[in-house]
Amino acid sequence: MTVQPEAPPIGRTRAEIAARVAEDLNDGDYVNVGLGIPLLVPDHVAPDKQVLFHSENGLLGMGPAPAEHERDPDLTEAGKGFTTAVAGAAIFDSAVSFALIRGGRLTATIMGALQVSASGDLANWYVPGRRPGVGGAMDLVQGARTVWIAMEHVDRTGAPKIVERCTLPLTGRGVVDRIYTDLAVLDVTPAGLVLTELAPGVDVATVRAATGAPFAVAAGVGETGR
Amino acid sequence: MIDKIRGSVAEALADVPRRGAMIAVGGFGDCGAPLALVEALCELDVRDVHVVSNNCGIGERGLARMLIEGRIARFTGSFPAHAEFLAQYRAGRIHLDLTPQGTLAERLRAGGAGIPAFYTPAGVGTMLADGTFPAAYGPDGEVLAYSEPKETREFDGRTYVLERALKPDVALIRAHRADRLGNLAFRLTARNFNPLCAMAARLTIAEVEGVVPVGELPPDQIHLPGVFVDHIVEEELIGDRAA
Repeated sequence: MTVQPEAPPIGRTRAEIAARVAEDLNDGDYVNVGLGIPLLVPDHVAPDKQVLFHSENGLLGMGPAPAEHERDPDLTEAGKGFTTAVAGAAIFDSAVSFALIRGGRLTATIMGALQVSASGDLANWYVPGRRPGVGGAMDLVQGARTVWIAMEHVDRTGAPKIVERCTLPLTGRGVVDRIYTDLAVLDVTPAGLVLTELAPGVDVATVRAATGAPFAVAAGVGETGR
Repeated sequence: MIDKIRGSVAEALADVPRRGAMIAVGGFGDCGAPLALVEALCELDVRDVHVVSNNCGIGERGLARMLIEGRIARFTGSFPAHAEFLAQYRAGRIHLDLTPQGTLAERLRAGGAGIPAFYTPAGVGTMLADGTFPAAYGPDGEVLAYSEPKETREFDGRTYVLERALKPDVALIRAHRADRLGNLAFRLTARNFNPLCAMAARLTIAEVEGVVPVGELPPDQIHLPGVFVDHIVEEELIGDRAA
């Protein structure tokens, strides 16, 4: 009996996806980060950029998670874990928090996804039959100036999460601007999906095989490996 | 003389209807949640409650206890993640009005501000707006009622949904400091939905960590003016925290 050696892992780790998203943040941005890979993004922002992170329970200027002895039950983040406030942070009630979301003050919201369609439809809040919970996702996708998705390219069964049409309940229609995955970066444009970047060691054919929707390839991508 | 400080939790909760009240509860998870006041309501055998709150409790305290004891008939909120909630909702014991979090905050704010309804983009094009989300199940798992389809309207080329204000009978909230005029100050992110619940409700009861003399809270550091608050009780006088 011969043992097939496992294929070496390709593409970016979850932390590397977060680091790649952080590269695209600019000094002075106001950003909401959701659960999962997005929550890793603040750790990867270059020290020369001041990015203020927003937590929708009422905090602008969210800092890193506290050490155990510094936990304060009156200072938590949107996932209900303990957090900290950076110098200059501001705290406000939930109506003000969502006023700044709907009012277009967030440069970006970075979220995970269950499915994203070729036209930028997003499904990331509900699998019928499971726990119903929408949180602030529907407000964020309508209010933030840009919606970036940070996720694994395929689900746990290997099925594509980027699809022609979402089959799961939508969070919003045509709301996604950019998708960062372990394999690639894709933009959602009026003409459809465009592959703008490959993760190191990944080729276009690998991305096509893992993607459930057609996409164009931006000029120069796939020729140099990035 | 205005004095909203009550000497016992029984006095503070005396006017809460024992059956069928719509009760808004502040807090985000357990942060800023009036856990002791909610549990005091359970001790008073309050039932058939329509809870308005972002979450429906964590673990066994506060709204989680009210849920586990089967006292909740209807829930309006954004993230009822408790496993017991899913069980009771699917068994047809709780009617669910699932509401985006920002819409929940604004529905309470509007209720307190004399505004009956407003348009928001949140939920446009989703099952929460088009009336296809299961709001209530029957005992055999069949869907008895779907969410209300929401009116939509275009403004400047963009579609919005109409949302109604919430005007609860009662609000239970938690604050850091209070004075006898009812002025409240909250601490850090424990503020969240608390002032909004207080503004929306006809009757507001606050559990507070401490009471200070009138004048000690600087007027520009009062987060909720006392006009929105009816009864205040110090947390050490409530339930098991009195020990």
